[in-house]
Amino acid sequence: MAELQARPMTGAERQRPLSPHLQIYRLTMTMAMSIIHRITGGALYYGMLLLAWWLIAAAAGPNAYATFEAFIGSVIGRLILFGFTWALIHHALGGIRHLIWDTIHGLEPAERELLALATLVGSIVLTLLLWGVCYLMIGGPR
Amino acid sequence: MTESPARRMTPLRRVRGLGSAHSGTRDFWHQRVTSVAGIPLTIAFIVIVASLLGRNHAAVVQILGSPLVAIIMLLFIINMAYHMWIGMQEIVLDYFHDEYIKLSLLVANTFFVFAVTFASVFAILKLSFGV
Repeated sequence: MAELQARPMTGAERQRPLSPHLQIYRLTMTMAMSIIHRITGGALYYGMLLLAWWLIAAAAGPNAYATFEAFIGSVIGRLILFGFTWALIHHALGGIRHLIWDTIHGLEPAERELLALATLVGSIVLTLLLWGVCYLMIGGPR
Repeated sequence: MTESPARRMTPLRRVRGLGSAHSGTRDFWHQRVTSVAGIPLTIAFIVIVASLLGRNHAAVVQILGSPLVAIIMLLFIINMAYHMWIGMQEIVLDYFHDEYIKLSLLVANTFFVFAVTFASVFAILKLSFGV
């Protein structure tokens, strides 16, 4: 902030109390899910590259698609796809939680902790369920 | 807050663009709209991707290029692109306070989102219209 730096610092300004930050507060479920919501959002941002690669490979032809399939079928590729799946579901459930809160519901202490826990448990259960169903559909690793 | 912002600000500060942009709630609202739209679109996206697992290239091309699937994929990508552009902008504004770094990252965010979005949209259109 240029306009702040331009002013000479006085003693009073330097000793202003700072607002408490993450490490000051006790870690609560809502806080942990808030942080994870942002992290999963950031991860999904770059995860869109994977989606773009898939679509471009499909449009480019069989050779490009085979390269993509080889990557996504590898151990690293599967791990990334698993992480992508969980991040997508967790961020979606976290978003629904925020939409509920936007209506001023579920904000009591017990309710908000329960909603936060539900996003974590729900995302893990749904991710495992989805992967289980998909593995059954395609008959396990190819 | 009885004073209006215009009173508290000198004309010079206004000219420098340090006053209110008068659009503070727009991104908040648009983030909510794209998140609501994102719920059914994400479910549809997951169903589409899951149904394509294990299929060969020709089948994937045919299904992704079919009108209904292509339209849902386009809606998903464009909706999520706007959602993630707002989200990344918010992250940058929260954590980066140096003006030049902040502006660079905001511009990089826009470039990244446009590049990834247009690449994905182009691929789906090519799959739909062939050639």
